[in-house]
Amino acid sequence: MKNILMIGWRTLTKPSGYYSLGVLVIGGFIAGIIFWGGFNTALEVTNTEKFCISCHEMENNVYEELKTTIHFSNRSGVRATCPDCHVPHNWTDKIARKMKASKEVWGAIFGTINTREKFLVHRKRLAQNEWERLKANDSLECRNCHNFDYMDFTEQSERASYQHSTALASGEKTCIDCHKGIAHQLPDMKGVEGW
Amino acid sequence: MKNLNLAAIASLLVLAVSPIMYSLNANAADKETVNSVATLRDATPIDVQKEPNIIPKVINKDIKQGRNYPMQPPVIPHTTRSYEVNKNNNKCMSCHSRHRTEKSQAPMVSVTHYMDRDGNFLAEVSPRRYFCNQCHVTQLDAEPLVENTFVDMHTLMKQKTTSAKEH
Repeated sequence: MKNILMIGWRTLTKPSGYYSLGVLVIGGFIAGIIFWGGFNTALEVTNTEKFCISCHEMENNVYEELKTTIHFSNRSGVRATCPDCHVPHNWTDKIARKMKASKEVWGAIFGTINTREKFLVHRKRLAQNEWERLKANDSLECRNCHNFDYMDFTEQSERASYQHSTALASGEKTCIDCHKGIAHQLPDMKGVEGW
Repeated sequence: MKNLNLAAIASLLVLAVSPIMYSLNANAADKETVNSVATLRDATPIDVQKEPNIIPKVINKDIKQGRNYPMQPPVIPHTTRSYEVNKNNNKCMSCHSRHRTEKSQAPMVSVTHYMDRDGNFLAEVSPRRYFCNQCHVTQLDAEPLVENTFVDMHTLMKQKTTSAKEH
């Protein structure tokens, strides 16, 4: 075993005696494209609604709830799918989120929320995770589509334009502070600020 | 004797038939009134699928609407789409409860909502008053299907005093 490892190590550290430098450089470049492209393609596959609801935990709970909301069906025909709100669009943030999501794979394997009852028990904790994340990044995923600078207050209802032009404009509040439960049902909100 | 028998039979016949005739008449009358009432189908034949009416928009002006009689639950002057009122939450109360009204400037739910049916005050909204939409409803921007001829008490009293003055 140790010998095999040593042979491998010696091969890697020695200069190539057989392949030309050109083959190694160009071959390495092409292999790099394939690996990097493959990695990103695989990453994008995990960033689709279809992938998310391939687990019944997601399909039977949160996806069913999303279906009744305005982010699923609306007058303009724009739909926000799972990753639009739950995965950062920026690459480094996305990778960080994906690494954290490995815990969700653990949950899926060991069935942490594999029944509706278990899901409801964990719902508040799960919701709080998302609220905290959105609070920390100033509701970045909301703002990927809803741009404050492009808001027309005159088109909003009186209450909405008042809140948006004061609390939101001053940065005192961010989207998620008021707009909780817009895409899924709420947990028990006892003790949550503003309820 | 024979005449008497005939008369008896005839009267029995009349007695037996008259309710049927009466009910037939009543049915005819019912049908006419049924057809004259405005329905959502607008007298479309039963075998035809009617083009559905346009769904009116919910009034979202945040301006208090008058009450038709003193005990009427006030109507909701804003949309309540996807407001959850269930075992876990009552979205309405996040603006209309006592400790939220200062921030929200929404009217506070009246103290009667905290009373149980024996008149005792509870710390939270009484369970029988928990489901806001049982009494309070949003209004649609639509013409009423049937004319409303309701006259409230104050209008009646005013009519009475003016007619008393005339006499």
